[in-house]
Amino acid sequence: MSTSATTTPSGTARRRWWGRQPIGSLLALPYVVFVVAVFAYPLGFAVWIAFHDYFFTAPGVEVPKPFVGLDNFAAVLTDPQVLDAFRNIGVFLVINVPLTVVLSMVLATALDRGVRWAAAYRVAFYVPYLTASVSLVGVWLLLFSSRGLVNTVLGPLAPDPSWLVSSSLAMPTIALYVTWKQLGFYILLYLAALQNVPRELHESAETDGANAWQRFWAVTVPGVRTTTVLVLVLAIITGANLFTEPYLLTNGGGPDGASVTPVLLIYQRGIQQQNPDTAAAIGLLLVVVVGLLSLAANRITRER
Amino acid sequence: MKHHRIVGVAATLTAVALTAACSGGGGGGGGDDAASATGPITVWLSNNEQEVAWGKDVVEAWNADHPDEKVTAQEIPAGSSSEEAITAAITAGTAPCLVYNISSAAVPGWVRQGGLVNLSELEDGASYIEDRVGDGAQTYLTDDGYYQLPWKSNPVMVMYNKAVFEKAGIDPENPDMATYDDFLAGARKIVDSGAADSAIWPSPTNEFFQPWFDFYPLYLAESGGTPLVEDGAATFDDENGTAVADFWATIYSEGLAPKEASTDDAMSAGTTAMQLAGPWAIASYADSVDVGFMPVPTSSGEADPVTFADSKNVSMFTACENQGTAWEFLKFSTSEENDGALLEATGQMPLRTDLATTYADYFADNPAYEVFADQRTGDVPSIPNSVEAWQAFRDAYSSAVIFGTTSVEEFLSGAAEKIDGLVQG
Repeated sequence: MSTSATTTPSGTARRRWWGRQPIGSLLALPYVVFVVAVFAYPLGFAVWIAFHDYFFTAPGVEVPKPFVGLDNFAAVLTDPQVLDAFRNIGVFLVINVPLTVVLSMVLATALDRGVRWAAAYRVAFYVPYLTASVSLVGVWLLLFSSRGLVNTVLGPLAPDPSWLVSSSLAMPTIALYVTWKQLGFYILLYLAALQNVPRELHESAETDGANAWQRFWAVTVPGVRTTTVLVLVLAIITGANLFTEPYLLTNGGGPDGASVTPVLLIYQRGIQQQNPDTAAAIGLLLVVVVGLLSLAANRITRER
Repeated sequence: MKHHRIVGVAATLTAVALTAACSGGGGGGGGDDAASATGPITVWLSNNEQEVAWGKDVVEAWNADHPDEKVTAQEIPAGSSSEEAITAAITAGTAPCLVYNISSAAVPGWVRQGGLVNLSELEDGASYIEDRVGDGAQTYLTDDGYYQLPWKSNPVMVMYNKAVFEKAGIDPENPDMATYDDFLAGARKIVDSGAADSAIWPSPTNEFFQPWFDFYPLYLAESGGTPLVEDGAATFDDENGTAVADFWATIYSEGLAPKEASTDDAMSAGTTAMQLAGPWAIASYADSVDVGFMPVPTSSGEADPVTFADSKNVSMFTACENQGTAWEFLKFSTSEENDGALLEATGQMPLRTDLATTYADYFADNPAYEVFADQRTGDVPSIPNSVEAWQAFRDAYSSAVIFGTTSVEEFLSGAAEKIDGLVQG
C-alpha cells in the first residue's frame, strides 16, 4: 500500500479551503462565525454608519443615507459633552489601572506565599467579580449615599457634597468600585503566572541576602511581566468601556455630567436619541484611543 | 498558510453576512394590503400589574366573539425602557400590531423610522380620535397625522404625607401651599421641624424624561398650559420659565430636596414629605402612607392650574399584517365600557371629553380620584428630535438648578437655543 503523490483537483480545492486538518478547521469554525457575526460585521457596519447620515428604519422603509465624510467626527469632537466624557474616562483609567495592577500583583503574591486562610481569601476576592454589578451597585449605594454607612462612620469628616453627588469624588468612587469588583479576576491571572516563576530564583536571591521587598521587585515583578501586560491591556479596555457603574451608581453620568463616559453617550445618542451616526463616530474614536493606550502599555512594559 | 485560510473563511462569512443584511429589508412590513386585512394580531401591554389584568379581560372578551381574529396580549419585552424595546422591534421588523404604552415624546422618532401607521389615513381614524378626546387631540398630531390614539393620563399633582405635615405643624386637610412663597415656607417648616429629612424628593437623575416630574408640571401651571416648544421654538426662556427654575433652584440650594436619588421609596420610608405623582399613587400607598393631594404650586397660587398629563397612548405599527383587525380591536378596547373598566382597575384617567360625567358613579364611590379628573392638563409637544431636546433640557437644568454650577439665566437661554436648533433641524 502506498500513498499517491498526486492529488485530484477536488482534493486541492478542499485542502485550500479546509487545510490539511479539515476537522481542526471545522472545530474552529463556530468561533470564526462568532467573531465575524459579533465583532467583525458590527465593527465594519459601525465604520460605514460613522461616515453617513444614518438612522435606523423599519424594514422596507427606504430613506436616503448620504455620505457625509468626517461631519459626524467633527460634530462629536466639537461637542463639549463628548470631550468631557473622554476626560472623565481618563480620570477613571488613571486611578483604576495602576490600582488594579499593583493590588492584584501584591495580593496574588501574598496568596501564593501561603498566607493563612488563603483559600478563603481567594473566594472572597473572586466573589465580587462573579456577582452581577447591578446587585453590588445596590450595596455601594447604601454604603456611599449621603446618609450611608460610610458617612455615618466618618461623621463630621464625611465629604460635603457626598461621594456620589460630588463632581470631584464621583468618578474616583466609581474607579474604586470597579477596581474592587474586578480584582479577583486579575489576582487569578497573577496566581497562574506566579506558578511559572522558578522557586530557585527566590532561593538564590534569599541566599544572596535579598530581603522580601528586593525579592519581590527583582524576581517576582520581572517574572510576571507578560501577565502585567495582559492585565494592563485588559484593564484599559474594560475601563474605557465603562457603562454600568455610571448608569446605575451615579444615575446616568451624574452629578452634572461628572461621570458621563463615552459608552454612556453612545447609548444615549444611538439608542435613546436615535442618532446612530454620531454614536458610531464616538465609538470609533474610543476604539482608536483604547488601541493607542493598549499599544503604549505594551511598549512601556516590554522587556528590554 | 493557516492564517490565510482562516482569513479567507472569515472574509467569505463577512460577505455572506453583509449580503444577508443588505437584502433583509422588507421582511417585516405590513404592506399595502395590510391596512384592511383581518386575522390574528399581537398587542403589547405595559408591565403594570393592573393594566395587564385589564388587558387580559379585554382580550378575552374580544376573542370570544372573534375566533378568526384572535388577539394575543403580552407585556412589552424587558428593556431599560419601553421606548428602547419598541425602537429595537421597529428596526428588526418584529413590532406587534398595537402597543398600549406609548409616550408622546417617542412618537416623532418612530414616525421618522417609518414604524407607525398614520391613523388619520383610516376612514374613521381622525374622527374617532377627535370625538373621543375633543380639542385636546391636536396636541397629539405629528406631521399633521395621528400616529397615536390618546388613551389615558396620570395628571401630576403634589402628593404629601399627612402625618409628616401634621408633625411639621401644617394642616394636612388645608396645607395652604399654593404659591411658591407658601410652598417654600411649608417646605422649610418640614425640614426645620425634623418631621422629615427632606420636604420633597423629585428624582435628580439625568434621564431625558425627568423634567416631566419636576420642571414641566410647574411650567405648564405657571404659563397656563404653554408647551415646552410651540410653533417650532422653545417657549421657556421667559418670566414663567425663570419663575419655575428659580423656585426649584431655591428648593435645592436650601437643602429642601436631596441632590441624589433615593435608595428606597422615600415616601414609604418617611424620608420625604412630598412627591409629584399621579392617581396611580393612591393605590400604591394605600397600605403604607396616608396621603393627600394638592395642585402644583404657581407664583400666584392659582386654584386650578394646568398640569402635566403624563399620558400613555396607543400606536399601531407598520409591521402589522392585519391592520383591519388591529383598528377594530383598538376601538373596542377604548370603548366607553372598556375605558370604564380601565379606570376601575387602575385609577388612571381615560382621555375622554366626558370623563367626569360618563363615570360619575365611579368618582362618587372613589372621591380621592375625582380631583385628578378635574385637572386641566397639557402634554409633551410632538417635535422633531424630541428625546434629544428633552435630554439637552435636562442636562442644562441639572447644572443650573440642581447643582448650581451655572446660572438659571444661562440654563434657560442656552437650553432654548439648543432646542431651537434641534427642532428646526
